[in-house]
Formats: sequence, C-alpha cells, structure tokens
Amino acid sequence: MLSLSPDEWTAIALSVRVATVATLFSLPLGIAVAWLLARKNFPGKALLNAVIYLPLVLPPVVTGYLLLIAFGRRGIFGEWLASVGIVLSFRWTGAALACAVMSFPLLVGAIRLSIEAVDRKLEDAASTLGANRAWTVFTVTLPLALPGIIAGAVLAFARALGEFGATITFVSNIPGETQTISAAIYTLTQVPGGDAQALKLVAIAVVIALLALILSEWFGRRAGARVHGV
Amino acid sequence: MISIEIDKKLGDFTVSVSFEADSGVTALFGPSGSGKTSVVAMIAGLSKPDRGRIAVDGETLFDSATGIDVPAHRRRIGYVFQDGRLFPHLSVARNLDYGRWMTGLPRDEAQFRHVTELLDIAALVKRRPGALSGGERQRVALGRALLMKPRLMLLDEPMASLDARRKSEILPYFVRLRDETKLPMIYVSHDAAEVKALASRVVLLDGGRVVNSGGVELLNQ
Repeated sequence: MLSLSPDEWTAIALSVRVATVATLFSLPLGIAVAWLLARKNFPGKALLNAVIYLPLVLPPVVTGYLLLIAFGRRGIFGEWLASVGIVLSFRWTGAALACAVMSFPLLVGAIRLSIEAVDRKLEDAASTLGANRAWTVFTVTLPLALPGIIAGAVLAFARALGEFGATITFVSNIPGETQTISAAIYTLTQVPGGDAQALKLVAIAVVIALLALILSEWFGRRAGARVHGV
Repeated sequence: MISIEIDKKLGDFTVSVSFEADSGVTALFGPSGSGKTSVVAMIAGLSKPDRGRIAVDGETLFDSATGIDVPAHRRRIGYVFQDGRLFPHLSVARNLDYGRWMTGLPRDEAQFRHVTELLDIAALVKRRPGALSGGERQRVALGRALLMKPRLMLLDEPMASLDARRKSEILPYFVRLRDETKLPMIYVSHDAAEVKALASRVVLLDGGRVVNSGGVELLNQ
C-alpha cells in the first residue's frame, strides 16, 4: 500500500478542495458568460472573449503574477478585499482563485459550444408558450446544454487539479496551506532521494484525473440520454 | 377578430401583407417562399415587422406608429410548428403542461383530460418525445398549444412533415379541434385538399403579397 507522509495526504486533500471550490465558484459565472457569448451580440464581445481565453495562452507565471498584482495584500483588489476580511495571497483560497482563472477558458468553451448546439427553435417554441427569456434559459436552454455543462465542469476540475505555474507564483508553495499535489511533486523532485515519493504522488494525480474523466463520461452519457432519450 | 397589416423586408424579399380573419379557420395559402411562415412568425411575436399593426380581439399586439410590441411570451397565441418542436428533455405530460406552468394558470385537470382525449394522446403522456411517431408528435404539439388556453391558434403547415397516410390519420383531429374549440385559427398550407377540408376562408399569398382572398372556392380556380 502507499505510504504517504501526513504532508502528502494534506497536499492531496488540499488539491481536491482547491479544485472543487474553484470549479463550483466559477460554474455560475462560466454558464452566464458562455450564454452571453453564445446567444448575445454586444459591443466588446470580441474583447471579452479574448480576455477569457488569455490565461490559456499566457505563460501561467504571468497570470499568477497579474493575480499577485491585483489580489495581493497591496493589490488593487487585494487591499479592498483584505479590509473586508478576505485574504487571498498565500492562502488556499488564493490557490482556488488561480485555478479558477486558469480553468475558466475550458469551462466557458465547453459550455458555450453546448449552448450554441441547443436549437433556438425550441426557445422560440417556449416563448410562444408563455416563457419569458429567463424561464426559457432555465427550463429549455440549460437543461438541454447539461451534458456540455457537466463536461466543462469536469474539464475545469481536472485542469484546476493540475494547475501549477499560476498557483505557485500567486500563493507560493506552503505545506498545509497552498502546497497542492503539483507543488508537492515539484518540491520532492528538488530534494535528493525525493523521486520515490514524487512518483507516488504522480500515480495519485493520474488516478484522480482518470476518475474525473470516467465520471464525466458517465454523467455526460446519462445526461445526454435524459436530454435526447426516448 | 384578427387584423393584420404589416411590412417586413427580409434580404431582397419583402413581405407586405394585410388581411383580416374572423373566428373559424382562415387559411394562408401559397407556394413555398411566398412569405406564409414569416407572416405567422410576426403574428406570434417571434419576428418583428418593420412597419404596421397587428391586433387580436381589439387588443393591439404590435403597432409601429405607437411603439407597441407585446413580447411573444405575453401574446397568448398558440403556435403549432411544422416540426413539432416538442422539448426533448421533458415527458409528453410535462410538454403538455409547459404552457400552463409558464403562464401561471391553475391546474385544470378537466381541460387536460378533455384535450388529451380529443387528440387521443392520453396513453402517451408518460413517453418521451423521441419515442413518438411523427403524427403523435404533432398531436402532442397541438395539445401543448391548446392547453395554454390561447386566444388564437397559428398552425404552420402542421402536416407538411407527415406522409400521406399519416396526414389522413391526423386530419380528423384538426376538424374536431375546429368544431369543438371554436378557437380562431390561422392555418398555413400549400395543400389545397387540406385547406378545403378545414378552412372557411382563404388568403392567397404569392411573392410576399396577398393576391386574393375569399371563400375556399377560390382554390377551384
């Protein structure tokens, strides 16, 4: 059986907690933004789209540094947030923010595609039956987009689980607070004789990622059957 | 009483239509591409005319002169689409109940029973739309529109996607619907036999314009 030190168990638990919180908090915003991009035309749409995809193309260390500037203790938002009791820098909550930002493009991309695939004629039908815009979204568009929403959430979760560059830049690598699996592996590879322990964590990272993908496949298929089933 | 007088430019095609319809079935008859579907979509509020006026039972639903444009979801106009458009993620029962739910009407079991019996769909309520035949799907779509208690029904080639045998199976339901509900209906079609069986009045459309209107005998010419 795997013999892991308490620090390593902490890193695993922390990774799962960070990725879960990042996914759950970014999901509502991700759905809203995906809907806007899929269904609305407005000035600045191209810019919004570009900004959302930025973390995908920027070096993660740049995203992390920008987060530090914005949300660090003396950052533009960080100072204000600290005054209301929310500190993000060098905390696990900051790691969750970094993961949310890094996985947001994947989340929005998958959900946007699934919303675009919903037949607008069904939305028209809903409006002739008395559903206003909001009800149409909640009773027709989103239920039909559910498989894509699940896929997007799992993809974002998996991405958050593996996030390294932005996280370590923004919140550092503090055991028990911000040291996720990736950061723990990185630390182990930096010390002599740490390879064996690193490999164990690598195996665990692979297992968690595989489980997430299998679950998403299963949920996606179930949701797909519910949505288009007979 | 429905009164329509609308203009809309769609690319290089212009729909410019004016007619009135009383209770009973008024057919909008014409070849494909004559603007029939555009007209009903504007009546339903799914598409906005460039100019004109639409009134149903004395209530103005659209008037470009005064800026009135009642949104589709507040028009209470039943719409049966050529392709049914049942919600695939909801059971037949939930599809049928959708309009009542959205409009906040109280549950009316007697009417639900009446409509499902009228259309012979009571046995289908537990199924999903994906498990229905084309004819069943259209009957459910018809029931769904009826159950929101509309003041006007728009039937946009509701039988066009069915083969001849299914058409002859479903036509009697439309006749029953006409005779039992007394709802005013606008029936879009390019099939003269269908129109003769159902309509009392015909508006002939071609190239986006009304070329003639009158009784069904117009179709014999």
